[in-house]
Amino acid sequence: MHAAVTEINHKKAASRVMPGFNLSLGFTVFYLGLIVLIPLSAVFLKTFTMTWDAFWATVTSERVVASYKLSFGASLLGATINVVFGGIVAWVLVRYRFPGKKLIDALVDLPFALPTAVAGIALTALYSSNGWLGRYLEPLGIKVAFTPLGVIVALTFIGLPFVVRTVQPVLEDVERELEEAAASLGATRLQTFLRVVLPTILPALLTGFALAFARATGEYGSVIFIAGNMPMVSEITPLFIVTKLEQYDYAGATAIAVVMLLASFTLLLTINLLQAWVRNRGRAKKV
Amino acid sequence: MRVLLIGIALLFLTLFLFVPLLAVFAEALKKGWDTYVAAIIEPDAWSAIKLTLLTAVIAVPLNLVFGVAAAWSIAKFEFRGKNILLTLIDLPFSVSPVISGLIYVLIFGAQGWIGPWLRDHDIKILFAVPGIVLATVFVTFPFVARELIPLMQSQGNEEEEAALVLGASGWKTFWHVTLPNIKWGLLYGVILCNARAMGEFGAVSVVSGHIRGETNTIPLQVEILYNEYNFSAAFAVASLLALLALVTLALKSFIEWRLHETTPQPSRQEH
Repeated sequence: MHAAVTEINHKKAASRVMPGFNLSLGFTVFYLGLIVLIPLSAVFLKTFTMTWDAFWATVTSERVVASYKLSFGASLLGATINVVFGGIVAWVLVRYRFPGKKLIDALVDLPFALPTAVAGIALTALYSSNGWLGRYLEPLGIKVAFTPLGVIVALTFIGLPFVVRTVQPVLEDVERELEEAAASLGATRLQTFLRVVLPTILPALLTGFALAFARATGEYGSVIFIAGNMPMVSEITPLFIVTKLEQYDYAGATAIAVVMLLASFTLLLTINLLQAWVRNRGRAKKV
Repeated sequence: MRVLLIGIALLFLTLFLFVPLLAVFAEALKKGWDTYVAAIIEPDAWSAIKLTLLTAVIAVPLNLVFGVAAAWSIAKFEFRGKNILLTLIDLPFSVSPVISGLIYVLIFGAQGWIGPWLRDHDIKILFAVPGIVLATVFVTFPFVARELIPLMQSQGNEEEEAALVLGASGWKTFWHVTLPNIKWGLLYGVILCNARAMGEFGAVSVVSGHIRGETNTIPLQVEILYNEYNFSAAFAVASLLALLALVTLALKSFIEWRLHETTPQPSRQEH
């Protein structure tokens, strides 16, 4: 009893003791406002200077809609490729031992560290008709560079670490006993995977997918070199914003930016919910 | 099954990671070592290198100070609206690089909020160094904060409280108790922040104006050379950034190993 009271008093005293709350929070909010919130609000305020009709006409013009389709479609495909192969990479890195594993594990983060412009020109050089890969693909009738396929390749590259890095820790925590139990009860390997492993890593897979997708929709640097940037065919939405800016059509650029921002904020919300799901799964399992 | 899965994983990583990385160096050295060196010491490339270093030297410390302040307030205190603050700090990661540049055009541009005022007072922000620094600060904003917040939350307040009860001042407690505890996490954030600051392309491209020898950073110089079909020079300059990426990954692995040694903490996630 006495100990409990001193404990409480101690806690109260301590929370009063810790200094710097006003200073640190004040600076945090000030800097956040100055660098992020005020500039971002400019996008929305600028669109309010447009009439609704002008805004709607800009964001639904034929060429812009074609760019949404490409940006979202290629991002979806890239993220899907990463779910499949990123899932396999995560599995292999967690479950198996093989020479060079540590090095490979470290290099998975390369797309985070390699500047996007460098990735863009490297991929273009590889897949152009005389490149290391392009020279073998082109005789087969597969053109990658300067086509929508190139956009998918670039977006797969930049999204690669997300699925691996979200699935890896979850897979490390999976209790192998459950799989062994399932196997000893007569489940086949496929059944064990589908009924035991997949449900555990599903939230992480979805989170990785959403992160890769969100990153891909806004990506610019790695795509513009390989895409060829033909209107209606291989022009991504971020490039469209740049094109409008170069024509000094600030209102038009901003209108498309608003559409993209709304899409990213929706994705951010989805990702937050997915991550809460992953955490709850982890907690429920431990209880 | 095992061999098959390892085979698929390695094939995928080879095709999408190792071959592109190798291609950068192969293309850079295609015309020999002398051409390579000449491309890097060429005056425009050299001024791009200096501008990139200058940008990182300003942007990284700014976000470092912010990261420490944000982590201190969020990890050491309880207050309402903390979750909203956390989401807002991450916001720049979910904004397209192009939009990160656009917002500064809308403020400082000729038709922007304070563009006319700046023009009357002969202050250049857009299409000049300050704009490049600002856009870089924006895109690298969350890096240090997002590393430090979970680390400081997991460490709790006990050690600081002990120092304070024993009569140490707030600053002294920070320098001698908190800082040694978070130094590896801090370094981790700084390294990631620096890699992005030096390699940012989209945001900087929108605000730079692409003035050769003046407002071109290394990634922008790569683009210009590439668009002029000067491929070996483009790849030579790009290889500097690829080397930076490899050094970043090596340091990152080293720090992860140190963090693992010093604090047994839950597995890290990043994005």
